[in-house]
Amino acid sequence: MTIDWSWIGDHTDDLTSLTLSHLQAAMTAVFFGVLISLPLAVIAHRVRPLRGFLLGFSNILFTIPSIAIFVLLLPISGLTRTTTVIGLTVYTLVVLLRNTVEGLDSVPAKTKEAAKAMGTRPLRTLLTVEFPLALPVIMAGVRIATVMSISLVSVATYIGDGGLGQLFTDGFQRNFPTPVIVGVVLTILLAVVADALLVAVQYVLTPWRRRRA
Amino acid sequence: MIQFDAVHKRFPNGTTAVHDLSLEMPEGGVTVLVGSSGCGKTTTLRMINRMVEPTSGTIRVGGKDVTRQDAAELRRSIGYVIQQSGLFPHRTVLDNIATVPLLLGHGRRRARARAAELLETVGLTAEAGKRYPHQLSGGQQQRVGVARALAADPPVLLMDEPFGAVDPVVRTQLQDELLRLQKELSKTIVFVTHDIDEAVRLGDQIAIFRTGGHLVQCATPAELLARPADDFVADFLGAERGLKLLSLKTLAAVPQGPAPEGGAWTLVLDEADKPLHWASKDTELPVRPLKDTDSLLSALNESVASPAGLVARVDADGVLTGVTSRDDIHEHAGQAHTEARVAA
Amino acid sequence: MFELFKNLGKWLTNGASWAGSDGIAHRLAEHLQYSLLATLIAAAIGLPLGLLIGHTGKGAFVAINLASFGRALPTVGLVVLVFLAGGLSMLPVYVALVALAVPAIVTNTYAGMTAVDPDVKDAARGQGMRGHQVLFQVELPLALPLIMTGLRLALIQVVATATIAAYVSFGGLGRYVFDGLAQRDLVQVLGGAVLVAVVAVVLDLALSALQRFLFRHRTA
Repeated sequence: MTIDWSWIGDHTDDLTSLTLSHLQAAMTAVFFGVLISLPLAVIAHRVRPLRGFLLGFSNILFTIPSIAIFVLLLPISGLTRTTTVIGLTVYTLVVLLRNTVEGLDSVPAKTKEAAKAMGTRPLRTLLTVEFPLALPVIMAGVRIATVMSISLVSVATYIGDGGLGQLFTDGFQRNFPTPVIVGVVLTILLAVVADALLVAVQYVLTPWRRRRA
Repeated sequence: MIQFDAVHKRFPNGTTAVHDLSLEMPEGGVTVLVGSSGCGKTTTLRMINRMVEPTSGTIRVGGKDVTRQDAAELRRSIGYVIQQSGLFPHRTVLDNIATVPLLLGHGRRRARARAAELLETVGLTAEAGKRYPHQLSGGQQQRVGVARALAADPPVLLMDEPFGAVDPVVRTQLQDELLRLQKELSKTIVFVTHDIDEAVRLGDQIAIFRTGGHLVQCATPAELLARPADDFVADFLGAERGLKLLSLKTLAAVPQGPAPEGGAWTLVLDEADKPLHWASKDTELPVRPLKDTDSLLSALNESVASPAGLVARVDADGVLTGVTSRDDIHEHAGQAHTEARVAA
Repeated sequence: MFELFKNLGKWLTNGASWAGSDGIAHRLAEHLQYSLLATLIAAAIGLPLGLLIGHTGKGAFVAINLASFGRALPTVGLVVLVFLAGGLSMLPVYVALVALAVPAIVTNTYAGMTAVDPDVKDAARGQGMRGHQVLFQVELPLALPLIMTGLRLALIQVVATATIAAYVSFGGLGRYVFDGLAQRDLVQVLGGAVLVAVVAVVLDLALSALQRFLFRHRTA
């Protein structure tokens, strides 16, 4: 199996636009995933009876195969980018919700007590104490969700989207390995770079966790 | 007997845990290693069963160099008790105790029978044997830890802060139990603690370590309290070391006489001649009678607490044998100090 | 929309769609066969690796990054790639499914091993257990709940992903999805997806119930 380098050279524009489209799908999904999971996580963390229900429900969502989620959405949103993003968002929810709840749980009760004792109101405590301290665990979830989404976008190739995943269909139909190899490599590369960027973001956001110089 | 000969331990990160240690731990005695954290006492203990290998020097147990024996077999011949007990959470208490006999190839039935026997020895019910470790209290878990270490009847017992994680009341109970067991079994025990009171209570010999792995002084508790080698040891023993020394002496040698009559306070007895309380014209105060085996320290305490300045003395059955005055106790306390200083 | 689900119900309850070599029963059996075999192979590779890394403490870096790499690997691309390299056989499907399952198994096994209380391991060595005795009598049983979780996660992911066997012209429940897509038969597509989801959920629930039963003596 050899790589046809000239094909790559001839298709740089296509590859760039597919990569951007791929990235856009994954990032939009993670964005909505965070937007939805944060309030849900706060509810699951504060209201004990709802906790089991929310986490259990999201776990069941996770067992549904990604291809099935896309297909199940077809009657609602059809063969569109919206279907891709909704499907990916559903998948990110599980990881994000679980990690955010775990993160909030990990904030020491004593720290929250101290904030309360100094007269901080609950919402302020949540924003200025709980979220920052839960950040490392939340960010771990965001990293997993991001890498997972980037890899899963290609599944949407079955419903006509899929960013770099289209290279797999293309290569498969023409019995031509080069686009497939390029697609796999670019997907992994995207995931690695996105993950590294998130690590950097977390480093900037949590100065108290750095080792003393 | 356990002998350390010029033993040195440096960890790969460059810190020296034990510095040129030569020490003998007598057979059938309790040697307590004390010091603040990071002083090398635990490393010293762990080198005996080769959980840590010395960088240089030799350690002999029963005359044999430990590094020339198979590590696993050596460990099976030495009892090992650690803080938080380190019990296997997936095995019943009985199977936990049977660990070493099973490793030694004794049959399961024989190992379990031995384990059941040991449950009783350490003061647990047979019913506790069927439970899992997490279903026991911290104190009970520690007892199981001791039973497990005793299962193969090893001559040597290593105990690394075994009672560090239990509350003070339970700790005192466990210490009493250990002393009782030791009277029966006469093991060679090496015991690590950072609690000097525990060391004085349990040790036949105490070795005090200073940060950097230096042995500062090794002596009997009485010697140590009477003549600390330097300011470090004196500080470590604390300001009340004079009183601690009195905890080592019993009341037996202090004379007693008949209870005086006609004072402001009278000792009231029941029909079996057991002390009930101190009584004056218009009030009653409790009495805490002492036996000959009680320490001079508790006598001193009682002489101060007793309204008449007198300590009621009783025999093993609690029957009054006489009283001792505050002055007599003070005099003996002073003598005890002088003797300890001269003898040491 | 309502019509669609009504037809789906009809398709699922119709005896005829269950019978024959392209009936649901047969496709279900194929799907389970692919999934179980792939998970078994993955376990044969992942378990020893995870145990070794956990026991020796060497290669932890590998274990941690393997998980991330496993998540980043696009399964569809992998199947197509192995297919183009190796020709028409089940090999590409198994390679892709095993590659998907191994990281989950290794990382969970490793996590289970590192979660074993160091005091308990110290005590085990201190009682005179040899390396393999510590591993098999203490570490493995204590890590087992997390190891089981890893196997469960791997199996669920494999079941969900085994649909791709049909992409390279093999059987399994994915057949309905891909044939349906090709024939613009939404009922068939939905039917296949629902069946896969049901299999995954049922397996997950059954295995977690089994896990709870097996480890009922453990503390949380």
